[in-house]
Amino acid sequence: MTNTMTKIIGAAATVATIMVMAGCTAKNSGTKGNEASGNTIKIGMNMELSGAAAGYGNQMKQGFDLAVKQINADGGVKVGDKKMKIKTVVQDNKSTTSGSASVAAQLATKDKVTAIVGPATTNDGTAAIPNITKAYVPSVSPSATDPDYTLQKNGKVQTYVFRACFNNDLQGETAAHFANDTLKAKSVAVLADNSSDYGTGLAKAFKKAYTGDIKSTQYFSEGDKDFNALITSIKNKKVDAIYAPGYYSELGLIIKQARQAGVTVPIIGSDGMADPKLAQIASNANATNVYYTTPFSTKAGDTNAVAKKFMTDFKKTYHEDAPTFSALAYDSVLMIKQAIEDSKSTNSVKVAKALAKIKDMPAVTGTTSVDKNHDPEKPIVVEQLTNGKVTSATAVK
Amino acid sequence: MHTAMQQIINGLSLGSIYALLALGYTMVYGIIKLINFAHGDVYMLGAFWGYFIINKYHVDFIVALLSAMIVTAFAGMLIEYLAYRPLRNSPRITALITAIGVSYFLENGMSYLFGANTRNFPQVVQQHNYTAFGISISNIQLLILVTAIILMVLLQLIIQKTKMGTAMRAVAVDQEAAALVGINPDHVISFTFGLGSALAGAAGVLIGLYYNSIDPLMGMTPGIKAFVAAVVGGIGSVPGAAIGGFLIGLLETGVQAIGLSAYKDAAVYVVLILILIVLPAGLLGKNVKEKV
Repeated sequence: MTNTMTKIIGAAATVATIMVMAGCTAKNSGTKGNEASGNTIKIGMNMELSGAAAGYGNQMKQGFDLAVKQINADGGVKVGDKKMKIKTVVQDNKSTTSGSASVAAQLATKDKVTAIVGPATTNDGTAAIPNITKAYVPSVSPSATDPDYTLQKNGKVQTYVFRACFNNDLQGETAAHFANDTLKAKSVAVLADNSSDYGTGLAKAFKKAYTGDIKSTQYFSEGDKDFNALITSIKNKKVDAIYAPGYYSELGLIIKQARQAGVTVPIIGSDGMADPKLAQIASNANATNVYYTTPFSTKAGDTNAVAKKFMTDFKKTYHEDAPTFSALAYDSVLMIKQAIEDSKSTNSVKVAKALAKIKDMPAVTGTTSVDKNHDPEKPIVVEQLTNGKVTSATAVK
Repeated sequence: MHTAMQQIINGLSLGSIYALLALGYTMVYGIIKLINFAHGDVYMLGAFWGYFIINKYHVDFIVALLSAMIVTAFAGMLIEYLAYRPLRNSPRITALITAIGVSYFLENGMSYLFGANTRNFPQVVQQHNYTAFGISISNIQLLILVTAIILMVLLQLIIQKTKMGTAMRAVAVDQEAAALVGINPDHVISFTFGLGSALAGAAGVLIGLYYNSIDPLMGMTPGIKAFVAAVVGGIGSVPGAAIGGFLIGLLETGVQAIGLSAYKDAAVYVVLILILIVLPAGLLGKNVKEKV
């Protein structure tokens, strides 16, 4: 009797197991990627909130939070015919590649987010690619600028990797054209941050496009505070301009020390400098004759309604002027929102496809389209600082 | 020629900061044979204290400098009391690892509490440049150099001429024997940490003023460079640390001046390796045989 019972139960259990497994397979073959369940869309953030890049990461988190807050206050993201609120999952990758890879895996497979914003740096971003690709979840980085970041080794585009910032080649070339044509500088000194691909990549792109004489190329690293030795040797070379791609924390000091040493030639930089802190560190009197290429101009508010709203709300929320990194993170969220609305779906695979097709989307950093390499197409401007204030912003074609 | 002279000035003002920091390393090592890796972060605390007190109470430079020295002295003693004293009789490697832990704690604690962003230090002393023979030196560079030299002379006087200094030297030679003649080693070690940390705090305020930029990770690289300076000068030797600091400052500037800026940090560590191979006791260090 007991024997028979055991057999029956055993058989039932086997059937049940087979049915469950069959169910699983059926579901898996139907859809790939993550989808929202219930009435909220989950968006993850894989960001450098502590460690070496934390200063920039926290600015991006501010832009990210502001964008989500505004979207939710407006009722949410329109998916088909209903509006869904955004729920965020913010994780710190500690400015490490291993942290970024594990955060990416967690967000994509455990939290089941529809899309990810981040990471900030190319290195950390590249480390996250295998895990998000395996889980079919797209990511939009606000600031990974290496040209190869969105590409596979064979030159094909990474299906799930997007960015809101310009790549290095474009910025470096723009700066070179600006030095050639607008400043008419016959010789330059290049002073680049070599602690990331950002500075070295920009320097390489600039040198390729610049037609004058490059009298010296010197490097510094993140966290350096003393540039007097470099500036003294540049002063001795009597150049017409200095190209110095890097971030505001070091560039502020370079500008300060150069001006104090009596080097008054134009200093050209990149969007890492586009931050109100630059003039604070350099002090206003020194931040003169300084130019940088940037997607986001604080003057943009005059012509761009999205930017104007962003800047007013940012100031209201955080009591300081909006830096470029916050603007780029804000736009990353807008891109994801646009893609969800275009695809009428919260499925991460469909969102990725829609991200690649974004066209003429209004954004803080200018009307944005995504090109075939997943790079954004939007106007680039060169801003000029005089006495610490942005006095002109020239759009460069 | 002018350029070379200018670079020497640059090197000396950079070196004076390393020298101030190296003194703290060398004193602590001289007494309890501990390399206090959290020393660079005490320097960061000094800079943040200066930032805070100048912005909040609008005090002048001297008040900021002295109060930062007092605050960091207490911070140093507190670190010693909480982190190192319970490990006094543990193997040296335990204390060393704890020091690295304290360093991470201070860096990330400050990032967490006050944000990781770079801040601009209030400019309480306006910068002027003096130019003579085509070489320019700023009043802040002079201020750093003079303050560093005054503090080093004071330190040497404390160590050589006061009762506490004698006690410090006694504990450095033999802790147990010093205790036998009535010296309380705990007090002496605490005092040493206070003294070293005060110098680091002063360096923090000077750097804040000079570069106008402070952040929670600012102590990392200078801390390690100052450690190299202490080793080059002979770890445990106070004048050695001062000389080592200036040498490292000049070396770093020199490497950049000849166009090898990408290798300036590497050059410092190559010197560390060479010194350890060729002259392990450092330039002014005594070659003391370990008693078993």
